[in-house]
Amino acid sequence: MGPKMEEVQGRKLKEEYQEMTGASMLIQALGREKVDVIFGYPGGANLSTYDEIYRTGIHHVLARHEQGAVHAAEGYARVSGKPGVCVVTSGPGATNVVTGIADAMIDSLPLIVITGQVATSAIGTDAFQEADVIGVTMPITKHNFQAREVEDLPRMIKEAFHIATTGRPGPVLIDLPKDVASTSGIFNYEQSIDLPGYQPTVIPNKLQIKKLADAVTEAKKPVVLTGAGILHAHGADELMEYITKQQIPVASTLLGLGAFPGNHELFLGMVGMHGTYTGNMALHEADLLISIGARFDDRVTGNLKYFAPNAKVAHIDIDPAEIGKNIETQIPVVGDAKEALRMLNEYDGTPGEFSAWKEQLNSWEEEYPLWYKEEGESLKPQRLMEMIYEETKGEAVVTTDVGQHQMWAAQYYKFDNPNCWVTSGGLGTMGFGFPAAIGAQFAAPDKQVVAVLGDAGFQMTAQEMSILQELNLPVKIILVNNASLGMVRQWQELFYDQRYSNSIFPIQPDFVKMADAYNIKGWKIEDPNEMQAALREALDYEGPVLMDCRVEKDENVYPMIAPGKGHHEMEGIKP
Amino acid sequence: MKRTIVATVNNTSGVMNRITGLFARRQFNIDSITVGMTENPSVSRMTFVVSVDNQRGLDQVIKQLNKQVDVLKVRDITDDATVERELALIKVVSAPQHRGEISALAEPFRASVVDVGRESITLQVTGDQQKVEALIDLLKPYGIKELARTGITAFKRGTTKSDFETPKYSIIH
Ligand SMILES: Cc1ncc(C[n+]2csc(CCOP(=O)(O)OP(=O)(O)O)c2C)c(N)n1
Ligand SMILES: [Mg+2]
Repeated sequence: MGPKMEEVQGRKLKEEYQEMTGASMLIQALGREKVDVIFGYPGGANLSTYDEIYRTGIHHVLARHEQGAVHAAEGYARVSGKPGVCVVTSGPGATNVVTGIADAMIDSLPLIVITGQVATSAIGTDAFQEADVIGVTMPITKHNFQAREVEDLPRMIKEAFHIATTGRPGPVLIDLPKDVASTSGIFNYEQSIDLPGYQPTVIPNKLQIKKLADAVTEAKKPVVLTGAGILHAHGADELMEYITKQQIPVASTLLGLGAFPGNHELFLGMVGMHGTYTGNMALHEADLLISIGARFDDRVTGNLKYFAPNAKVAHIDIDPAEIGKNIETQIPVVGDAKEALRMLNEYDGTPGEFSAWKEQLNSWEEEYPLWYKEEGESLKPQRLMEMIYEETKGEAVVTTDVGQHQMWAAQYYKFDNPNCWVTSGGLGTMGFGFPAAIGAQFAAPDKQVVAVLGDAGFQMTAQEMSILQELNLPVKIILVNNASLGMVRQWQELFYDQRYSNSIFPIQPDFVKMADAYNIKGWKIEDPNEMQAALREALDYEGPVLMDCRVEKDENVYPMIAPGKGHHEMEGIKP
Repeated sequence: MKRTIVATVNNTSGVMNRITGLFARRQFNIDSITVGMTENPSVSRMTFVVSVDNQRGLDQVIKQLNKQVDVLKVRDITDDATVERELALIKVVSAPQHRGEISALAEPFRASVVDVGRESITLQVTGDQQKVEALIDLLKPYGIKELARTGITAFKRGTTKSDFETPKYSIIH
């Protein structure tokens, strides 16, 4: 005779309702959520968690600064589509991740951030390394929790993953007091999620979809604006099907690059402050603007007074609060971008007739393409971006920091594939690009990861070269070295009468020597003629590399919409 | 325009902070907030009176509230049949010879005298905002020493359907 039924059930019950410490629950839960890497940094308040990490051998990457850890988690999330996990200690550890949390919030990246906290009995007493992390991060997280009772912890972790990854993704923080992490309780991870206040709408309303389809049939000058919402929804295939069917020209936001192939004949380029002339004019002249997973950020719209003055606006967004926030919308569609596109593709609307419109767009493209002058002795940063595209065949994962090099990368690297573009859009966080590349390499171990960085931004998180050295991670660092805070210098040139206040480096470190200190192979390239061959060599090199590329120092990013101007008022549209 | 918005929220620590923080950072103007427990102790009810410029501003307030995980339900009840009440305590300068006059003034408002001092008299009034304000205006000439108002709390009038069953706020009108 086999074991009695009650015995079997009893045993099962034991497995599911095991008693363990809070720290152990955390690691067990991360395992259940199939987390394959944690980026973090230990300290007094999370020692129990680190002890559990030690004992379980769960994959943990030690950053050299918490900011590096959180940006790495963001890069991982952007490329993998899975939540990035970041574990830090209380007080200074927690405040060091604030920038990354704000960055993830505004760019809708799913993160799970676990901060240590002082013991519950000490909360509110200004204890050693206490900071009100719940208060500080309330406005910059999608949601946050403080686990005051160990038995609440499994439910909180489960809810955190659910909230971070569904609807409009975002960062969720769990503040874990030291005593809760070391107290034992029952681990129950089988409870169902019960969040009556959180019910994102995924499936769009059919009537709204029909309205949108009808509007396309009536339109003469439609344009689709793609945002990162399509990438979060994994909707690139559905978008391609839709555009192939309907033949609508496509423009993209900075973060939407890659949702639609950059080399497609219907692609008009990026829009916004440093967007293409054709892309911006297309919005300005359009009679129907279909925004999919984009939120009409001010860097995209320019002066709202002049934005898309002739267009009926259709806005597909999973976050209802984005619809109508900045732009009045005639056809609101609340739901997941992929679902909306799938429904649009099912809908048998006759494709419109847009040949006159396309002719207009083509003639702009011919008349006002992106341009730079190939003159002088030094390397043109725009040319450098083209080379990176050529040498990687557009198949790399490209991360950038913030500034001129970021705009050049967005303009000249043609993003042909989804989830291969990692940049800080909404917050514009210098110091993001390098650690994000580390996270990206973990998400895509078989891909080439190229970090295109400014000489200034790199110095904000350069310490993470230790990770490359330690793990021989083959990230390729490409410093676009103009010996200045280039974007700041450009604005001072254009809007402050060339008073270059604190934007030109009087002295720089020897970046190759810096790389050498971390045992990373470094190149310094000054001669433009050597650039391409060196780049090839660097990309072929097996380990991590740093290329210090000395580019033209006075180069500006063009074309440009000056602050307060509209899309039709672009400057620098011709050489 | 002024709108009265009612929200039910999880009665957990920090919810008030989430809501007031949201109003502050989004530059929403609130005239008053009241909070209290509901028949379900794990749920609180908040009543806001907000000033908005237009429909879009109002939509934003409601949508941003709805985005909070701890906010269960949001309704703009301004145009519904509602019961709206505020309580005000008004301490008025009053020499003994004026007491009768002030009491007489208060009577049609069904305000009651809750405290009498040597040089002041304190009235308590409840009602909708207009009524409370009308009484305050009438008392101003005597000199108001202190004024404490609770802000509006409100309720839909009894109908067959409960608030909690109506569909979630949707932007599809
Ligand atoms: C943390 C942070 N501080 C300041 C800024 C403002 N800022 C934007 S671009 C820029 C210059 C960046 O210089 P560099 O990294 O060398 O890039 P470049 O513009 O030269 O390509 C600065 C200071 C910022 N975006 N982020
Ligand atoms: Mg620079």
